[in-house]
Amino acid sequence: MVPKDLKYSKSHEWVKAVGNNTMMIGITDYAQEELGDIVFVELPKVEQQLKQQESFGVAESVKAVSDLFSPVSGMVVAVNEALGKQPELVNKEPYTNGWMIKISLAAPAELSGLLSAEDYEKLINEGSK
Amino acid sequence: MEKVIFEYHSQSTSYVPAADPQAAKKHIPVEYLGVEEVILPQVSEQDVIRHFTALSKLNFGVDNGFYPLGSCTMKYNPKINETVADFDGLAGIHPYAPEECVQGALQLVYELEGFLKEVSGFAGMTLQPAAGAHGEITGVLLIKAYHQQNHPEQKRTVILVPDTAHGTNPATAALAGYQVRQVKSDDQGDIDLDDLQRNLGPDIAALMLTNPNTLGLFEKNILEVSRQVHKSGALLYGDGANFNALLGLIKPAELGFDVMHFNLHKTFSTPHGGGGPGAGAVGTIKELTPFLPVPQVIKKGKKYFWKHQQANSIGKVRSFYGNFLIAVRAYAYFFALGAEGIARVGRQAVLNANYLKHKLENYYPVPYGRTCMHEFVMTPHHDWAVSTLDIAKRIIDYGFHPPTIYFPLIVHEAMMIEPTETETKETMDTFVNALGQIAAEAVQNPELLKKAPLTSPVGRIDEARAGRQLILKYEKGRDAR
Ligand SMILES: Cc1ncc(COP(=O)(O)O)c(C=O)c1O
Repeated sequence: MVPKDLKYSKSHEWVKAVGNNTMMIGITDYAQEELGDIVFVELPKVEQQLKQQESFGVAESVKAVSDLFSPVSGMVVAVNEALGKQPELVNKEPYTNGWMIKISLAAPAELSGLLSAEDYEKLINEGSK
Repeated sequence: MEKVIFEYHSQSTSYVPAADPQAAKKHIPVEYLGVEEVILPQVSEQDVIRHFTALSKLNFGVDNGFYPLGSCTMKYNPKINETVADFDGLAGIHPYAPEECVQGALQLVYELEGFLKEVSGFAGMTLQPAAGAHGEITGVLLIKAYHQQNHPEQKRTVILVPDTAHGTNPATAALAGYQVRQVKSDDQGDIDLDDLQRNLGPDIAALMLTNPNTLGLFEKNILEVSRQVHKSGALLYGDGANFNALLGLIKPAELGFDVMHFNLHKTFSTPHGGGGPGAGAVGTIKELTPFLPVPQVIKKGKKYFWKHQQANSIGKVRSFYGNFLIAVRAYAYFFALGAEGIARVGRQAVLNANYLKHKLENYYPVPYGRTCMHEFVMTPHHDWAVSTLDIAKRIIDYGFHPPTIYFPLIVHEAMMIEPTETETKETMDTFVNALGQIAAEAVQNPELLKKAPLTSPVGRIDEARAGRQLILKYEKGRDAR
């Protein structure tokens, strides 16, 4: 499942514009499927500055611990507190209630470098070795 | 399933006089008296014995059966090790005993370090670290000290780690204050030389490399890797967890490693964690020896001494001299095998792994299929309706310990299998038959695998719930199930 209206990173995060220069970020359905049941999500503090590709947190599943990478640069303006008690939201609703952070965009030009839904779909179809 | 001890309520005969808590109170200062009721199990002596005996029977170890847990080298640990470690003169000595009273123990440390130097080619050695990961941090601190001492003006703040690395490698680098950067593997499963070249530069302190790597493959470009790393001014750290494959075949120092940890609990047949403690000896080339931890055992004439002072040492990394009795077991192992036996370890481990790989390839894909070293990584077939976890659980029903699963991360649905050199062909053949049957079940009856294990005291554990709601202690009134 790859929603058409989102942008994607090669490291399997999605980005969604939620108004006024603010981007919502989470991981894709493919990523949560690969990770398996997520048991813990570590998120940054609000106001933390992130560079593109920088790690903003960690998702721990029954299989592995993986870094989460920010697809864009900017300042964290909100984190999804609900994941503290219910990390399984990332598995169940990766594109909605399983969102992770909101970022106030520092370099809007970065958006054009992200993958479209079509390109991302291509990437995951190739990728499964 | 055996209940937890708090669920027993037996108050039969006691064979030791019961303490009277009221009387005891008189002797304890008020400020040290607890205010809450303490929940202690109410259980008779006989039930205590039955409880723990029942639990001990649930344990599965190398002494019960085949344990092909990749990367962990679950080889048979000869029982002579335990006999020697139990000698009064070794088990009964005190770490503060004067040197002249413990010459034998000092000699043992000195000689074991010598044996490890001999098989690895390193010039310096310490037995202090208490685990592989502890050896890693010790080794990386040596690298840090080396750079600081030799060219304090350089800013080497990054450590490179391949994407196949064990998780402790990046964790170690981060703990030592370095940034971690990942280097890709190529389609052969070796470290990608172009990506390495791209990443090397004046900011790199070291590359941490495991050889054979966690795919069980010998890094065939190791000499070129070593050349590139050293040309850039960085050092090459060796994760020696997989040294078992090379023992008797190659000396890591000759491959260009500057510092390497050994997992004595893997390669040198000392007990693993749980039954541990472990030991993560660290070997170094000559240039790094000034930084080794203190104390060290030195020999003058025929006598052995502790050396506590060394100007550039990184200091102590463990109390006294590490887990001494573990070192004793490794020492006994060296003698039990002898030079000739030691020289056969690597060869036999590699032969066993290739035999298993060759047989299992009939049923399971092996994504990096070239000749392996001491272990290999295989997967379920793409079109099977079962996962690696299901297969691992089903293996329990056949009486074996499952392999390491979902590691290394670069292989989708990895199962990492390491037979070790101590297993016989008969045992491996039984395992192959079982895995052949499981492969057939995966096609004909996937539901069976999804329910596995069916024969163990507890069935499929809800790992996600266990991870999300971690309950580690008994609380009265809470049902743990
Ligand atoms: C490749 C590798 N490196 C490092 C370690 C860490 O060793 P230890 O568990 O003794 O800390 C392990 C342990 O499994 C390993 O397999």
